[in-house]
Amino acid sequence: MRHLIDIKDLSVQEIDELIGVAKDIIAHPEKYQEKCKYKKLATLFFEPSTRTRLSFEAAMMELGGNVIGFSEASSSSASKGESVSDTTRMVGCYSDIIAMRHPKEGAPLVASLKSTVPIINAGDGGHSHPTQTLTDLLTIFCEKNRLENLTIGLCGDLKFGRTVHSLITAMSRYKNIKFILISPDELKVPEYVKKEILEKNDIPYIETNDIEEHIGDLDILYMTRVQKERFFNEEDYLRLKDYYILNKEKLEKAKQDLCIMHPLPRVNEIAVEVDDDPRACYFKQARYGKYIRMALILKLLEIK
Amino acid sequence: MNIDSIKDGIVIDHIQAKKGLDIYNALKLGELDCSVAIITNAKSNKMGRKDIIKIDKNIDLDLNILGYIDPNITINIIENDERVDKYHVELPKEITNIIKCKNPRCITSIEQELKHIFILTDKEKRTYRCKYCETLNEE
Repeated sequence: MRHLIDIKDLSVQEIDELIGVAKDIIAHPEKYQEKCKYKKLATLFFEPSTRTRLSFEAAMMELGGNVIGFSEASSSSASKGESVSDTTRMVGCYSDIIAMRHPKEGAPLVASLKSTVPIINAGDGGHSHPTQTLTDLLTIFCEKNRLENLTIGLCGDLKFGRTVHSLITAMSRYKNIKFILISPDELKVPEYVKKEILEKNDIPYIETNDIEEHIGDLDILYMTRVQKERFFNEEDYLRLKDYYILNKEKLEKAKQDLCIMHPLPRVNEIAVEVDDDPRACYFKQARYGKYIRMALILKLLEIK
Repeated sequence: MNIDSIKDGIVIDHIQAKKGLDIYNALKLGELDCSVAIITNAKSNKMGRKDIIKIDKNIDLDLNILGYIDPNITINIIENDERVDKYHVELPKEITNIIKCKNPRCITSIEQELKHIFILTDKEKRTYRCKYCETLNEE
């Protein structure tokens, strides 16, 4: 039995296979609509998340399966003091697979240690969110038709943004990748990510706080939100939240086949006027998220 | 000061002065049923002062943790009054319940009876990360 706790749990070959299945689902959805008949996905969301939970639930439903679960800790037995491990073992009696979001980092790993069914980490605090990374990889592959030979710009909160760190980890395993890391000084990529991932794998990168200087070089522009909940000081948040706003003017120098991504929710870091630009891929990205989760559920349930 | 030599047992030598008791506690030597001597502030040509622990029995102890606490420690195995082995302990790949994760967002901060496990991620830099949240252990 396999779990997905961290993106590193999957080999490059396995990721390629998942992308292959997701593409087949997109092309032939009817082939998959009863693959998970009589199977149940439990969504254990100890903190609220609209997108990820609905994406998992939609994924299971499109595979013909059913969904049970809760969407906040107050409606679960965690509010009575039950441990993550016990909750998981109990839910494993009623379901075939579990997707878990938890505010405490490492909770899905703890759940997996004693679980009788596969566990998918649907986000644990600021630590890891592997299905977002899979979503990003499928988006890049579908939009650029490759995962190699890419210049990727990451923009915004590169310090606290777990999606950014996971994407760097995942893309560092492909050939000829270059990163342009665009952030204010206070929100730069942490040293350990640079040393233990980028430099260790000889991945070239440039750090800058000027988005316009490098926008013309990019194949991918991955925008992120400055998240209020990651700041202890409201003043710092207010000062940094509007640092980068992507608008039509800034995009003038960008390539015609640039792919603009964002894990959503967007606040104001991408102007609404950009939504109609054919290079805006962030809503398509949300759709790809459902397909890759369908592929993942099939893999972990060992359904061909 | 004289401490009787041991016939069969383990001598943990070259312990940094005044750290002997920490090691005694980490190895739970107080739970053994044999004699254990802690010598503190002994003279040492190499270290100036050092601590030594003598265990009067050849028992199966998990000494790996010593590699984490102090890599300069030497282990001597004594059999029939002869030293039959002497070695440094390597850094353990995993350490359990010796250090606690300081990340307040880590699951170890709330989950009942969860062991605090740290994994060696960089041998050269002696870097350990929490198994659950991957937070670096700051020594």
